Amino acid sequence: MNGDTTILETKGLRKHFGDLAAVAGVDIGFREKELTAVIGPNGAGKTTFFNLVTGRLKPTSGKVYFRGTDITGLTPYQIARKGISRIFQITNLFPELTVYENIRVAVLSKMRETARMLTLDRNLKGANDETGRILEIVGLSDKRNSMCGLLSHGDQRLLETGVALAIDPVLLLLDEPTGGMGPEETDEMVKFTRGLIEKQDITVLLVEHDMSVVFSIAERIVVMHQGEIIADGKPDEIKVDIRVREAYLGEE
Amino acid sequence: MTKTESSGRLFSLAWRPQIYGSVIVILGLALAPLFLTEFLKVFATEMLIMALFALAFNLLFGYTGLLSFGHAAYFSIGAYTCGLTMLKVSPSIPLAFIAGILLATFTAWIIGYFCVRLDEIYFAMLTLAFGMMIHTILWKWDSMTGGADGLVGIPRPHLWLFDLSNITTYYYFTLIIVCICVVILWVIVNSPFGLILKSIRENHERVEFVGINMRRYRLLSFVMSGLFCGVAGVLFAPFEMSLAPDIAFWTKSAEPVFMSLLGGMSIFLGPAVGAAIYMYLKEIISGYTELWMIYLGAVLIGFVIFLPGGIVGFVHRKLYAVGKETP
Amino acid sequence: MFSFFFLNGLTSGMTFFIMASGLTLIFGVLGILNLAHGSLFMLGAYFAFQLTYWLGSFWYALILGPLICAGAGMLMERYLLRPVYGIHITFQLLLTFGIILLVTDIVRFFWGVAYRTVSEPQVLMGAVPMLGAAYPRYNLFVIMMGILVGIAMWVLLTKTKVGKMVRAASSDRETAAGLGLNVPRLYALVFAFGAGLGGLAGVMAAPLRSITMELDVHTIVEAFAVVVIGGLGSIPGALLGSFLLGQLNAFGIFYFSRFEMAFMYVLMAVVLLIRPRGLLGEEVR
Repeated sequence: MNGDTTILETKGLRKHFGDLAAVAGVDIGFREKELTAVIGPNGAGKTTFFNLVTGRLKPTSGKVYFRGTDITGLTPYQIARKGISRIFQITNLFPELTVYENIRVAVLSKMRETARMLTLDRNLKGANDETGRILEIVGLSDKRNSMCGLLSHGDQRLLETGVALAIDPVLLLLDEPTGGMGPEETDEMVKFTRGLIEKQDITVLLVEHDMSVVFSIAERIVVMHQGEIIADGKPDEIKVDIRVREAYLGEE
Repeated sequence: MTKTESSGRLFSLAWRPQIYGSVIVILGLALAPLFLTEFLKVFATEMLIMALFALAFNLLFGYTGLLSFGHAAYFSIGAYTCGLTMLKVSPSIPLAFIAGILLATFTAWIIGYFCVRLDEIYFAMLTLAFGMMIHTILWKWDSMTGGADGLVGIPRPHLWLFDLSNITTYYYFTLIIVCICVVILWVIVNSPFGLILKSIRENHERVEFVGINMRRYRLLSFVMSGLFCGVAGVLFAPFEMSLAPDIAFWTKSAEPVFMSLLGGMSIFLGPAVGAAIYMYLKEIISGYTELWMIYLGAVLIGFVIFLPGGIVGFVHRKLYAVGKETP
Repeated sequence: MFSFFFLNGLTSGMTFFIMASGLTLIFGVLGILNLAHGSLFMLGAYFAFQLTYWLGSFWYALILGPLICAGAGMLMERYLLRPVYGIHITFQLLLTFGIILLVTDIVRFFWGVAYRTVSEPQVLMGAVPMLGAAYPRYNLFVIMMGILVGIAMWVLLTKTKVGKMVRAASSDRETAAGLGLNVPRLYALVFAFGAGLGGLAGVMAAPLRSITMELDVHTIVEAFAVVVIGGLGSIPGALLGSFLLGQLNAFGIFYFSRFEMAFMYVLMAVVLLIRPRGLLGEEVR
């Protein structure tokens, strides 16, 4: 069941690029172990919101709290270490490393084994096992030696997710995980995402454009438009919300 | 940059060519003095030193993805410190070597601290600036470094039982130290730390999002690289027996880049091979004409245009081309 | 005295500017950082010597030298750089370093290792009485030429059609190509022009210094410093950077003694660390 603890909270979060307010004052809280979808037309500020939370961008003003601690202005790696992980809208991996190595980098980071210079990497049994485990979870075990840059798009998205998972996050931000995927792959991703909540106790924030995905797994939907939150509630409520429809129609 | 499969997970069978190859090379290097003239022994020693310099450079370049145009600074600080220690403090190799390596490493730490904040061309420019600062200091600080004339008369004393003034002895001395360094570098490159460096090279932004302090690891790589450049430098001082500030000029920093390209920057020993080729070419061409730079320049241009993977990269692709290069 | 230092600073500043503007123009439009730009400077200086000797007058060298360098630049771009457009900057730097090696030896072949000198033309010899003493006429000429070059570039880039095309290509290559600009030809033109500027700087600087085979590798670092400080791709930046470095040169020896050269690099480092895009450069993406 969902916890009642607020795991992520933003207060008055703003990001301006010159005159443009990409995120224009967002006050929101997310509960533990819940799967929330963040939707909205293009340019609504969803990815910017993710970027602010994960430290990729510094807010113009406002605050971000994670598990009660103020994480505003921290660097991405500090935030990642606190337990927030993400995937990117445009696949962001290590092209000339193998699938195995991509995951392993994250595993090494989680296990704090990154500074070990005088041992051969393949001798770290703990990391070996863990990397194998993550590969199993995302279903890429049989492709472990493939060069990342040569994978199919769907596999790359899975790998992204694997890398994000490998650091044992408490909060996982998925930015359009099914982007560019066909129907079968999308189904896989949906199943997989559901599994994350049920089996792994991870809180998930999901940016998605594919509404079928959103309505099949989201417990809560937050709608953004022009940098602000215009609707927030259960899927059934959002489906019939007038403002949401207007926002999307306005895009066309 | 094309990548080979050798990322630390080779199964024992595929290892054999590498092990056999290394054994042959080491045997060859060890037995070489028996067949070489005095001049060639000098040449071979210098080749080993330059190979180490290039390998040290490539730790930062090929593995971490940072192009430094000022690496001659650490080499020359190692060399000058070693020389000065021997001339002004005590002609003791252990003392001079430790001093040289420490100062080179320390300098790399300070300079690296600032440089790793930048990327790409700005990083290169900053390393160039610092490198030239060091050059100016070595050139103008007459009282300490001998100014434009540099240091002369650096001794090659005895080290325990061995008389290093004998070029054969010095060759073996250099060979042992270089081999030790190569092994250490190889372990580093195939260690967890090494994988992190490669990941920084591949995507320095992404690594942060898995919790890695990218700058810290870049700095560590910079420092390790500077350390081993310092080792090459301290070996160089008693070898050459005199030093001039031009070893810190930016064109000297371009040499390991050139060597890494020639040999191949994504293969571990590529730069070492490149160093050997570079020096060999230079020597051969100089034998025929004073205008060796034209030919070397042409070679460089040719490689950039036709063989950016370097010789070793080329050979490696041919040997292991089992459909890995599908576009 | 002070004002003479200042004028000296302007003189060297102007030669820096003429050279660096070529470098920065090429970078801004083609995205190539040409290590061999110093070689073009050197060629210009040697041509100054040779053409004056052959043709009897420095003025011929002043006109022909830069033209020959522009031609050399055009060849460089067409046969050596064009095949590898878009390659990683490392390879660019290595390639242009290879060109440096080529040109150095070509120079050595024709002129040998002894250094050369050339004097300024008769008309510009001697000094002009000013400010209580007398200041070399040729220096004033150089300063004036620098200003002229600056104005000419400003006019060319802002008022002419070609200039507008160049600026368009510089800010957005793909769109420019999409709009039908003949990008390869534009590139060749810009590179040749930049190379010509490098050569011009060399010719102008020739009477002021000794002409040696080391000019290429020394002046390129100075040019880099100027361009980094002023901002890569920015011509006003090159002007500002040259001015600053020129003054640093002139006053530096007086105040900073032997290590004055290092201050150029210190300034370069400071700018890179505090404002990497340079004083007048555009936002770095």
